[in-house]
Amino acid sequence: MTVHARVLVRPKAGILDPQGVAVERALPALGFEGASNVRIGRLIELEIEDPSQLESMCEMLLANPLIEDYEILQS
Amino acid sequence: MKFGVIRFPGSCDEVDAVLACERAPGCSAQILWHGDADLGDVEAVVVPGGFSYGDYLRVGAIARFSPVMESVIRFAHDGGLVLGICNGFQVLCEAGLLPGALLPNLERRFICRQVNVEVVQAGMPFTADCATGELLSIPVKHTTGRYYAPEGDLEALEAGGQVVLRYAHDGNPNGSSNDIAGVRNARGNVFGLMPHPEHAVDPLTGSVDGLKIFTSMAHAHG
Repeated sequence: MTVHARVLVRPKAGILDPQGVAVERALPALGFEGASNVRIGRLIELEIEDPSQLESMCEMLLANPLIEDYEILQS
Repeated sequence: MKFGVIRFPGSCDEVDAVLACERAPGCSAQILWHGDADLGDVEAVVVPGGFSYGDYLRVGAIARFSPVMESVIRFAHDGGLVLGICNGFQVLCEAGLLPGALLPNLERRFICRQVNVEVVQAGMPFTADCATGELLSIPVKHTTGRYYAPEGDLEALEAGGQVVLRYAHDGNPNGSSNDIAGVRNARGNVFGLMPHPEHAVDPLTGSVDGLKIFTSMAHAHG
């Protein structure tokens, strides 16, 4: 029996995200005004038998806690 | 001295690193395969540049758990000399052997050019053949080279003399904190840098300054 889980990994607040800056600058060129604080992270989806492992999985591999925040979302 | 140079899937600078090691007087070098935990009789380890494991997830994140790296971590804890270049620097940070992390360049571009780095800490095993304040002309080539450490950690690194190399003359190519190009661990036996000293060992390519890193290691070993 597995559980579907999603892990959201984002650059920590205060760390400059050049990808986000590039996207933020591109939006007005397409006519989308008023978007700010664009941040780009990644979504990791997995099927897992023991969701209690997710936390240490994030700490050890899925995120680098020095530069990234993570959030475990189970559905 | 016998150098071991790691080859991960996706490494691309390991052969240049071997050739650079072999140019240091009295030194030989061999390739260490990532899947093999046996370091043999090597007396120093070089973690070379490239794109280990395709840079999947985060640069260095997967390489850090390869069998060879588990042995390198033990080797470092026993006091062995470990040099990480570019991707190797990223791997050593992920492995917790060096402080901090490398983030995408501020300008979001791949940069490939010659830079001058200032030797901040001479006289250590990796800079024994350099003078403090000396400039080394060495190329950089990376997309993820912006050195980062949290504010408090950064102050501790500076105070503890762990910043070994700095980009000189406002030439910081990637937005690294405090212009940091290379750092060492507190003990001084592990060193990582983003510039590629192994690409600056022959006048044909414009500079031989990089060779000093390898000869320093050989001299430190005795």
